[in-house]
Amino acid sequence: MQSHHIVSAYDDELKFLTRKIAAMGGHAERMVDQAIVALVNADPELAQQVVRDDATLDEAEREIDDRAIVIIAKRQPVAGDLREIIGAIRISADLERVGDLGKNVAKRVVAVAEGRQPVSLYRGLQALAELALTQLKEVLDVYASRSVERIEFVRDRDNQIDAMYTSLFRELLTYMMEDPRNITPCTHLLFCAKNIERIGDHATNIAETIYYVVTGDQMPPERPKQDKTHRVTLAVDTQ
Amino acid sequence: MTEASNEKRGRRMMRLFIHRFRQNRWMLAAAVVCVLAVHMIADGAGPVAIAIAVLLVCAALAPSRMPRERAAEAVAAAGHHALEGMSGEHLAAAVTDPLIVFDGDGAIVHANQAAFDAFGNLTPGILLLLKFRAPEMQEMIQSVLFGRVSSREIDYVERVPIERAFRVTASAVGRGTGLYVLVFKDQSEARRIDRMRADFIANASHELRTPLASISGFVETLRGPARDDAAARDHFLQIMQNQTVRMARLIDDLLSLSRLEMRPTLKPGVRIDLRGLVQNVIDSLAPLAAETGVSIERDFPDMTLEVYGDRDELFQVFENLLENACKYGQSGGRVAISIAGPLSSPEGETTVTIRDFGPGIAEEHIPRLTERFYRVDAGASRAQKGTGLGLAIVKHILARHNARLSIRSTLGEGAAFTVHFPPA
Repeated sequence: MQSHHIVSAYDDELKFLTRKIAAMGGHAERMVDQAIVALVNADPELAQQVVRDDATLDEAEREIDDRAIVIIAKRQPVAGDLREIIGAIRISADLERVGDLGKNVAKRVVAVAEGRQPVSLYRGLQALAELALTQLKEVLDVYASRSVERIEFVRDRDNQIDAMYTSLFRELLTYMMEDPRNITPCTHLLFCAKNIERIGDHATNIAETIYYVVTGDQMPPERPKQDKTHRVTLAVDTQ
Repeated sequence: MTEASNEKRGRRMMRLFIHRFRQNRWMLAAAVVCVLAVHMIADGAGPVAIAIAVLLVCAALAPSRMPRERAAEAVAAAGHHALEGMSGEHLAAAVTDPLIVFDGDGAIVHANQAAFDAFGNLTPGILLLLKFRAPEMQEMIQSVLFGRVSSREIDYVERVPIERAFRVTASAVGRGTGLYVLVFKDQSEARRIDRMRADFIANASHELRTPLASISGFVETLRGPARDDAAARDHFLQIMQNQTVRMARLIDDLLSLSRLEMRPTLKPGVRIDLRGLVQNVIDSLAPLAAETGVSIERDFPDMTLEVYGDRDELFQVFENLLENACKYGQSGGRVAISIAGPLSSPEGETTVTIRDFGPGIAEEHIPRLTERFYRVDAGASRAQKGTGLGLAIVKHILARHNARLSIRSTLGEGAAFTVHFPPA
């Protein structure tokens, strides 16, 4: 997948970066998955573990940054190699954010677990998380295979995630209006949903970076917005 | 007795002689040739006679050697080369579990068909560490690559898009070949049975509680205040009967959903005539249509349209969709079913659209309709004896057929559910 250089150590350094990105991706996927499981099953111990795991991801991001800067300084890369290195820096930043968002979901587990919410709420959140995780997995699979021809699927799924998020938003508002005691847990769940939706956005960012790394062109600029929560309001019934 | 042993000994001697003769035949032949040559040089006899003599000797000796020894050599060769000449690719293809061969850099060298089916794109050259990113997989592959251990085994779970669990073994191929192999044993079935049990209990207990509570409430009323009220009694019994019907349906739906989730990747097999299938569904739902006062309109093309799939499952898809259309689109008074062949869409998909003219579905509900127990209006759904599982079942079945469901709706104008079958 990478061209061969006269100095084989250079190849090794580039390979190290891609491997490290993949490892980060695996950690981020795992964290988000476990955070959702902890949330749905009200499992504070698993949540604690997710919070601890975030340190690994932060460490990995710093390491990638350091290595990348050393490579740029030492080898003066051009063209594809330069894109590869810059891409690694950007993807690692996105993955680190995904980890943070997962950690944030995990931190809310205790607050939500106090008053158990209706199962249907968690179902919606689970479905949303499944979409976001599938998005992340497929994008990272493209990073492995470099087959960017089909990368348009990312945008379709991003739209689905946004539509699902808007629907969840509305549902949570309804629960809050039904009973003020729901407001605290529902607000936490709302933030969880927002975090998951942001994970989908980061996955889309990563896809755009990969497209740029492989082709040298920017992904076509069309970016339809489905997140309509900025204009969702519920009519207040005066009963 | 002595005669027999004499005979035996004679035979043995004979065999020994033949054997010795055969072993030394080249020496003998050379000797004969030499003698003849000397003879020829000595008195210049006709070369024709010598040539004939040589030919005779060869003819006498050669064939006796050929068949036997050749056969023996062939056997020896077969025993020796049976494995050596075997292609690794063929061996990998014969293994039904996913199997991936990779080199010292961690790049894929070969992946068998089962691996492609399970994990998608595994073109040679892709780095394994980029494809399998779960921390425990990374750890295992690295420990094998960097020679810390020669083989390792772990459990690996993939959550999306469908949950699958594998027991994965990584080991070095032979000694010093620089190749490694990764074998996946599918453990999903056992895990799914566990999950199915847990899910079934969770869902069933949650969803059965409502009708049960209502039945027990009515029983209480019947035994107390309404004891002597004949009219109320009949009314309450009717409601109780409806609730039991709903519970029975709920259990049916939960069971069929659980069955589908057990085997999410069943490859559908037979060709099905789509028009005939949809017509059968319409016929079977004619009583419901009559009951709800809905007329069913058909718009089928003239040509035969076939899709691959499981007949019973696809029947259930259209049954659920048409039933929903009749129930929730009742106010529109009609339901339109249209089938479009592959030529009518740019993607070459065959589509079946079931459109009702009822109140329609609000936009925010559409993305979530296929979630289990998601109800746009819980009251309306209960009134129609809905279980909240119909579309979840549809989604599952279609996923198995590589088909998909799209929903379009405008409030006040009805809803259209379209099943898209991929091009054959």
